[in-house]
Amino acid sequence: MTSYQQPTARGYYGEFGGAFVPEMLYPNVEELRTRYFDILADPAFQAELHQLLRDYVGRPTPLFEAKRLSAKYGTRVFLKREDLCHTGAHKINNTVGQILLAKRLGKQRIIAETGAGQHGVATATVCALMGLPCVVYMGAVDMERQAPNVARMRLLGAEVRRAESGSQTLKDATNEAIRDWIANPVDTHYIIGSVVGPHPYPDLVARLQAVISEEMRKQLLEQTGTELPNYVVACVGGGSNAAGAFYHFLDEPSVRLVAVEAAGHGVDTGHSAATSVLGKPGIIHGSRTLLMQDEHGQITEPYSLSAGLDYPGIGPLHAHLGTSGRAEFIAITDDEALAAVSELSRLEGIIPALETAHALAALGQLGAGPEEVVVVNLSGRGDKDLETYLKNLEKLI
Amino acid sequence: MNRIAQAFASKKNLLNTYFTAGYPSLHDTIPLAKSLVEAGADILEIGMPFSDPLADGPVIQGSNSVALANGMNLPVLFEQLKELRIAVPTTPVLLMGYLNPVMQFGIENFLQRAAEAGIDGLILPDLPLDEYEEQYHALFQQYGLKAVFLITPQTSEARIRRLDALSDAFLYLVSGPGTTGGTTLPDAEAQQQYFERLAGMNLNSPRLIGFGIADKAGFDRACQYADGAIIGSALIRALDGAEDAPAAAARFVQGITSPSDPLSK
Repeated sequence: MTSYQQPTARGYYGEFGGAFVPEMLYPNVEELRTRYFDILADPAFQAELHQLLRDYVGRPTPLFEAKRLSAKYGTRVFLKREDLCHTGAHKINNTVGQILLAKRLGKQRIIAETGAGQHGVATATVCALMGLPCVVYMGAVDMERQAPNVARMRLLGAEVRRAESGSQTLKDATNEAIRDWIANPVDTHYIIGSVVGPHPYPDLVARLQAVISEEMRKQLLEQTGTELPNYVVACVGGGSNAAGAFYHFLDEPSVRLVAVEAAGHGVDTGHSAATSVLGKPGIIHGSRTLLMQDEHGQITEPYSLSAGLDYPGIGPLHAHLGTSGRAEFIAITDDEALAAVSELSRLEGIIPALETAHALAALGQLGAGPEEVVVVNLSGRGDKDLETYLKNLEKLI
Repeated sequence: MNRIAQAFASKKNLLNTYFTAGYPSLHDTIPLAKSLVEAGADILEIGMPFSDPLADGPVIQGSNSVALANGMNLPVLFEQLKELRIAVPTTPVLLMGYLNPVMQFGIENFLQRAAEAGIDGLILPDLPLDEYEEQYHALFQQYGLKAVFLITPQTSEARIRRLDALSDAFLYLVSGPGTTGGTTLPDAEAQQQYFERLAGMNLNSPRLIGFGIADKAGFDRACQYADGAIIGSALIRALDGAEDAPAAAARFVQGITSPSDPLSK
């Protein structure tokens, strides 16, 4: 049986992946590729990682059976509470791992890109913890709509640099971070926040986020008597929370994996970020994946109200899961996501991040039965989105 | 002997100029090529604009954005390049760009059209070496197109040897860390050691130094360590806002290649 977990030696998941980087990045990426596996496997690394995940991040995060939400959808809905991680999202699972990796690689400076700001905050946090200087690139548009996270990063001592090119969102922040890495090839580690970028990043980030599904299996066994749910649902921008939520179920064919993308104003409106529908195979940020682009191969600007989902590509693992049929993709509009924010807030007393709300909004489309178990990865909390929620109050009530 | 080899055999201190196709206006490609060569450019590197040119700095990225807004794309470029060999019959011409637009055009279709247009070589910085060697090297050869590879101060000696063996044009020595058009002076001593290390390796391929070379002084310095230099961002800057882009390009090249005035500082 082929495993969906393992990319090939060159980082391919099916036809997607690889390392399409200019020579200026080759030594950095190659250093990481030749060393990450052994570092991750080192018992001392694992011990330090697990201690930090437990005592600093707050793992394991609870698996909460949402009874009122379950009643509404006529199925058993469990929420994996990544919103309860330190800094409010799953992103810190990865940054804790990568900061330990960076230390073992002897790096003295950290850079990162961020869209919604959750990865930027998580990176700034672990840099403060380890006493390493941190530069976070963020699109100028995203800096406006996620102002509280900009303030958090600065409070944590990070320098936030505006990406002014292109759509001034996550794609452009990633471009600028890559350029910084090109200019600082020796002393700097680039903490990529999602399962995107050149090999080995998609595999590295997926392994660090896999703690989510590892815990889910144990918790499901305790709470339902079986490790395997019927559905695992997660939102996908680049796809790191989905990769983590799916990881230990990838090779369990009975578990239906549901990846939820941002439809924006609607998949056919020209204002959307639903890459699995609108994308074609192409190369972005060092890997071959599904990519939103025009007929001439120019990368097009995605749109979503959610700053964490408006990325024109998806991770190569997800591209493979989608095209092979292993995962189902659902696209949720801005308005449907906002309605889901209101619903979870009122039914369960949990205000989700706008990204996560897309996953929650897919609950009505699953067709799950009353005895079936659905796990939604509650990837982040909604505090950072309060300003957006206030601007859209009429859609929330 | 192909045009690239001919250029290196016939002259020292070659000037390779980069400009973005479709910049500053859509139909400047051929007039600029002609003007640059008449003014003294020895090799031309024509940029195929891309929305997300990762290895380039803000100047070239800006020219890419303008060119795309002007309507430049590969079908338009190949249509323009039908006039290339009439305008510049003997000068080596390279296409430089990123892989995604080439892949969407279809790589074999791209190679065929480039060969038909009289292009001599290609610089595709994000084409992985392994994939080139296994999948594309034979195809490049079939169409008579030469591949140019980049080398940086971090490139290992073993990899330099491998690139040298695979290269059938010249090696592109990236002058230091950073994207194109960098203005900060890199560590001069480290840079000199890097250039001297390359010069001492007895490589088969000729070497051109690029990135951050903006004027005559930079060009002359590069020529001390290599077979010449590549200038891109500084040329693009000289074209920015020019009323007559070909004339501005010619003035720029003359400023690089003119003999030094012994009385000037």
